[in-house]
Amino acid sequence: MAKIRGAVVVNEERCKGCSLCVVACPTHTLALQPKEVNDRGYHYAYMADAPSCIGCASCALVCPDACIEVYKVRVD
Amino acid sequence: MDVNDIIKPENKVYGKPVLMNDNNMHYCPGCSHGVVHKLVAELLDEMGVAEKAVGIAPVGCAVFAYNYLDIDWVEAAHGRAPALATAISRLYPENLVFTYQGDGDLAAIGTCETIHAANRGENITIIFINNAIYGMTGGQMAPTTLIGMKTATTPYGRRVDLNGYPLAITDLLARLDGTCYVTRQSVHTPAAVRKAKAAIKKAFQNSLDKKGTSIVEIVSTCNSGWKMSPAAANDWMAEHMFEKYPLGDLKNV
Ligand SMILES: Cc1ncc(C[n+]2csc(CCOP(=O)(O)OP(=O)(O)O)c2C)c(N)n1
Ligand code: SF4
Ligand code: SF4
Ligand code: SF4
Ligand SMILES: [Mg+2]
Repeated sequence: MAKIRGAVVVNEERCKGCSLCVVACPTHTLALQPKEVNDRGYHYAYMADAPSCIGCASCALVCPDACIEVYKVRVD
Repeated sequence: MDVNDIIKPENKVYGKPVLMNDNNMHYCPGCSHGVVHKLVAELLDEMGVAEKAVGIAPVGCAVFAYNYLDIDWVEAAHGRAPALATAISRLYPENLVFTYQGDGDLAAIGTCETIHAANRGENITIIFINNAIYGMTGGQMAPTTLIGMKTATTPYGRRVDLNGYPLAITDLLARLDGTCYVTRQSVHTPAAVRKAKAAIKKAFQNSLDKKGTSIVEIVSTCNSGWKMSPAAANDWMAEHMFEKYPLGDLKNV
């Protein structure tokens, strides 16, 4: 059966750690860095559970700062 | 499968719009303004009208909109964006002219310009960010502030006897003969963002087709002014704002 796999790339320096992407992700793939911060002091978003991403782009749609690129493949 | 096998150019399905530049936006983390900027940037590119587009920036938090979207902009005095849009769309009828205004800008100081431009049926799109507060100046009450809502100038909550009723100005604009499309949207969920994008697209198309004035209200959050986290502000908006400002089309002719 074809399976969908996805991945996101977060622009870490652009991210403001607002967490709206974390809330919007249906698969709980994303989290905010618990310790690391970017140059502006924000705990940026990252894929805490990369294998669960389905490439749905929900995170990217709600991101106010257009920080998220979404990639998607069909795995046969 | 490794993440690096997925992250390849041919697999890319979403990214920063090409018309949005690399300047960091000054908005507070989680502010609705950024999402709407993104939709405008995506649409102007997808509709192939970036070269024709002229945005009118307001006074309010979106005052620097021109720093983020690489199209032509003019900065209006507070509330005067529809008057400036009138002039530009009449002098350059081939252009796609839109205003981007907050609720203080559009529904307080600019009420006159807004109502008369819409009543004249100017061929413009008005994007109206209603966050029920004066975000930029520190969170004072706006005409759109809900009853009971705490702001810097209504610290115990808005009172009808003192401050009057919240102004659903979009309902008034829908009554005017000059408006062809009036809708109320939001950008708090992925589905809402998709709908808001379709609405702004329709509005832009109406302006290109010279059908009259299109108004897209985006019921928005100002998490700083509301003193909430961005996620809590979205929840609060869905719970309280949509009752007074229900989503959906008010007019579509
Ligand atoms: C003529 C004039 N009067 C008052 C102000 C002060 N002022 C700046 S922004 C603003 C209101 C902004 O609120 P809104 O339009 O809702 O935008 P937001 O920041 O909430 O997006 C006011 C009253 C001004 N800049 N110019
Ligand atoms: S693309 Fe979808 S599944 Fe992947 S992180 Fe974003 S919201 Fe979650
Ligand atoms: S929504 Fe965007 S700015 Fe907010 S935490 Fe996620 S990536 Fe960062
Ligand atoms: S003050 Fe409010 S409207 Fe202005 S950028 Fe901050 S959250 Fe957005
Ligand atoms: Mg406002």
